[in-house]
Amino acid sequence: MSVENKLNISASPHVRSKTSSKRIMLDVIIALVPALIAAVFIFGYRVLAVTATTVLTAVIAEYLSRKAMKRHNTIGDFSAVVTGVLLAFNLPVTIPLWMAAIGSVIAIVVVKQMFGGIGQNFVNPALIGRIVLLSSFSTDMTCWTEPLKWRTGDAVTTATPLALMAADKKDQLTGLADMLLGVRAGCLGETCAIALIIGGVYLIIRKVISPVIPLVYIGTFSVITLIAGNGDFTYLAYQIMGGGLLLGAFFMATDYATCPINFKGKIVYAIGCGLLTAVIRLFGSLPEGVSFSIILMNILTPHIESLTTPKPFGTVKEKKAKKEAAE
Amino acid sequence: MFSSKDDGVLNAVKEVRGGVNVSHCKNTAECATVRMPIPQQVVLSMQQHIGAPCIPCVKVGDTVSVGQKIGDSDKYVSAPVHASVSGKVIKIGEIQLVNGAKAQAVTIESDGEMRLFEGIEPPHVTNREELIKAVRESGLVGLGGAGFPTHVKMNFPPDKNIDTLIINAAECEPFITVDYRECIENSWDILSGVYTVKELLGIKNVIIAAEDNKPEAFNVLKRIADKDLHEGNYVRLMKLKSKYPQGAEKIMVQSATGRKVPPGKLPADVGCMVMNVASIAFVSRYLKSGKPLVSRSLTVDGSAIERPKNVRVPIGTQFGQIIDFCGGFKEPPAKILAGGPMMGFAVMSTDIHVLKQNNAILAFNKNDVYSKPENDCIRCGSCAAACPMSLMPTLIERYTKAREVERLQKIGVNVCMECGSCAYSCPASKPLVQVMRLAKSIVREELAKK
Repeated sequence: MSVENKLNISASPHVRSKTSSKRIMLDVIIALVPALIAAVFIFGYRVLAVTATTVLTAVIAEYLSRKAMKRHNTIGDFSAVVTGVLLAFNLPVTIPLWMAAIGSVIAIVVVKQMFGGIGQNFVNPALIGRIVLLSSFSTDMTCWTEPLKWRTGDAVTTATPLALMAADKKDQLTGLADMLLGVRAGCLGETCAIALIIGGVYLIIRKVISPVIPLVYIGTFSVITLIAGNGDFTYLAYQIMGGGLLLGAFFMATDYATCPINFKGKIVYAIGCGLLTAVIRLFGSLPEGVSFSIILMNILTPHIESLTTPKPFGTVKEKKAKKEAAE
Repeated sequence: MFSSKDDGVLNAVKEVRGGVNVSHCKNTAECATVRMPIPQQVVLSMQQHIGAPCIPCVKVGDTVSVGQKIGDSDKYVSAPVHASVSGKVIKIGEIQLVNGAKAQAVTIESDGEMRLFEGIEPPHVTNREELIKAVRESGLVGLGGAGFPTHVKMNFPPDKNIDTLIINAAECEPFITVDYRECIENSWDILSGVYTVKELLGIKNVIIAAEDNKPEAFNVLKRIADKDLHEGNYVRLMKLKSKYPQGAEKIMVQSATGRKVPPGKLPADVGCMVMNVASIAFVSRYLKSGKPLVSRSLTVDGSAIERPKNVRVPIGTQFGQIIDFCGGFKEPPAKILAGGPMMGFAVMSTDIHVLKQNNAILAFNKNDVYSKPENDCIRCGSCAAACPMSLMPTLIERYTKAREVERLQKIGVNVCMECGSCAYSCPASKPLVQVMRLAKSIVREELAKK
């Protein structure tokens, strides 16, 4: 028969699910779109210029660095796009575009590709990009414009809600409804709480991320903040929506490469993130602590993972076995 | 201990961890099993089971009849092979099996008469030893796919204290419906097999377990099987969630009893014996007729098959002839499988012959053949979440590449049963089942060195 030579021989399984790395990254991008649209409304069209700069630089940097390292091209998996958008979301809208581009190059080349590319980076590339920019260009990185003023053309600088709270100027805070809608000063993608939550829920429904990390992260943070704030829920609401917590909890802390794979590990990791964020905000000299806490926990991830690896099916725990033997 | 719903059907004691939701594709569920016309020749492998291969006990030129023993072994873990058609032995030579291994095989040219061997008579079975001996002579192996000799499974040491016989009708592989048809068509055989084995082996309880996508099987079996017996013993049906790999032996034991079989151990070590539903039905028929295992049912399906159906064929029939019986190919096949799409083997040609443990022939056109290139791991954890054995396939891949044998052993690669759930769910299309096989062979090699 003629069919013989044309038969495909491969190992089982012979069917696969429809998911792909590309589809997952695409889902993350889709989840970020509501926050991007909100940012344009709040901070103006420059949001698009900043985002386009970081995304383009990230993709070009990935392409060139892979080429220089003689590795296959990976820009088709869209992970560089995700890094670019996330970095842009962590920048003030007024940032000079060349600075944003530097952030992207550092994120992609130094943090991601030098450690082996997708899945191999040990810290979140976008967050390191942001932190490098913050320590290099602290004035430009902390220049916050007032929301919605771009329409009238008078760009007034102001302080973020967390800075106002830290400086005990609570009378200057915007209302809670405005906080939810993101009408407040801050990094361009972090302000619109409702858009970030919609994006996060989309990712959970699509099973791209598990709800464990965001819930435990925000939960831990809330408990500590409530205790520190003597049970003041308004204070807590400002704390949750006031900085980069929602963006961090849904989109940064859940980065596959830098969070533990197993369930228990995810819980430990998220508790750590919440704890550190609360501690930095309460006792540190910085008003914001999400980036640093996620990065610190990223570094601990391999250790958390090796301590929380589940036992293979049917394996009896050593302690239990000893106990049984003793009986 | 058991939670039961109003209809008396038991629910799983402990559900499978992980697993994947594969589309069921049980297209042939309503296709009553049909008998295939007698093939002109059959090729009977001497290796149709796990264990020592048989040695042919006939010569070229011998006339044989249905049920006559043509191969046997003096090793304990083995099962004899019987002629599946009557006719003349025309060749004894080497063939390649679907997994690549070589085996001796006896080719019989059929005389078209299907004459039964004269020595065939119902075995005299009144106790455990006689049952085990009879089952050995029947040539029965696990018909679910693994092909472990059933008499070895039944001959558990008395100190194992087996209290539960689990009849596996889960059939979690997509497409395959022969076990389901067995439940519908031969429910009385199943029942009488259950009672015989239960009595003779002294097992207290029986659980017949199937996935919840087979309601008709439950209806049929419930009428005859679901009973509480004296002194708290019972024969009960159990409904399992339709989730692959629900039918895997260790998973089955866990679902039915909540017990976990430790790595490297057997269900007998936790007081259970698992038998496929077709195996138990065969035991019952064999005890009545004495006719050894010479035929079996197969699901023939897939996008390249003209008329999918369930067929009963003599063992040793060529795949090509069975496919022709099902109307041949309606489109050029791009992949042909012996077994289901999750654990079956892709075959090189249609010149392959049915073994005792084959349960399906699936042929797919090129649109159904998976061909995505492998990407880098993104550490999404889908593989670890899907693993019913709580393994971390991504870590195993890393350690395998680095040949870190100690770490491989420590994270328990040997409990992997190659169900393919990890590879199925991997978004980077990693060939994780191959990685697992490689990892296990690296560990084996290293252990052999010591």
